[in-house]
Amino acid sequence: MPFIAELVISVLIVIGGIFLLIGSYGMIKLRELLPRLHAPTKSTTVGVGAILIASMLFFWIERGHFTIHELLITLFLFLTAPITANLIAKAYLLRNVDPAKDLPPSGQGEGWATFDPVGPDGYDPSEEYNPEKD
Amino acid sequence: MLKRYLPHPLLSLVLLVVWVLLVNEISAGTVVFGAILAIVIPLITSNFWPARPKIGNAFAICEYGLIVLWDILVANVIVAGLILFRKTESLESKCVVVPLDLTSPEAITTLAGTITMTPGTVTIDLSADAKSLLVHCLHAPDPQGVVDDIKTRYEGRLKEIFE
Repeated sequence: MPFIAELVISVLIVIGGIFLLIGSYGMIKLRELLPRLHAPTKSTTVGVGAILIASMLFFWIERGHFTIHELLITLFLFLTAPITANLIAKAYLLRNVDPAKDLPPSGQGEGWATFDPVGPDGYDPSEEYNPEKD
Repeated sequence: MLKRYLPHPLLSLVLLVVWVLLVNEISAGTVVFGAILAIVIPLITSNFWPARPKIGNAFAICEYGLIVLWDILVANVIVAGLILFRKTESLESKCVVVPLDLTSPEAITTLAGTITMTPGTVTIDLSADAKSLLVHCLHAPDPQGVVDDIKTRYEGRLKEIFE
């Protein structure tokens, strides 16, 4: 393996490791849930991304076969990370936050969906879930 | 006929390509099995998305993807700096409201996901009439600036792609 390739791969791995470390440190340092959510959704994307690119380069240059799995992992990570963050935030809102006091008003006719699920056309998703019905 | 058996042609194509990439080889067996998945999965999930979203030209999508990738890079450095060098008490965390011009559910979902992945912001909630997003900022001395940034940088481009 040429020296320049080794250099690039090792730099990418070190950068990835640093960002993952900072993301984990942020989880400890920030004290409330909502600020805490920022650490894992941000710093880990570059951390994981850099390590995956390093892996792709390594197998391409050293072993001679080109894999695209790493790009797929990145894609799935980008699709799932926002949804996880959103679900955690919604669960937190529902259990710990008073919408009248702690949240800004939505500025529209309806409230926030977590507290006021009934839409403008009268559709209430919670009516569909009724475990006592049957 | 085509609409009945292939409710989402684009989704089918994406599934086929992702399957071939996952297996990481192009052979008759892979393509046939991928094609079966590409037909069956859209059929059994078609109840969840009855409408076929309109998707704009590929150039606009690529431009949007590159902008988001660049912003994610910048966001990582900024958030890492905030975590390392700021005292937790001096961070001005707050919620801001982003009024939406977008109407299609796919566009709003993409915008919410983009906001979560980019500089110091996480989408928390949507108003029940889908007309505004609740966004939490890690450090926002200027909340109006954050809202304007989101609207000009992402929402305008998404409007071109989806509507």
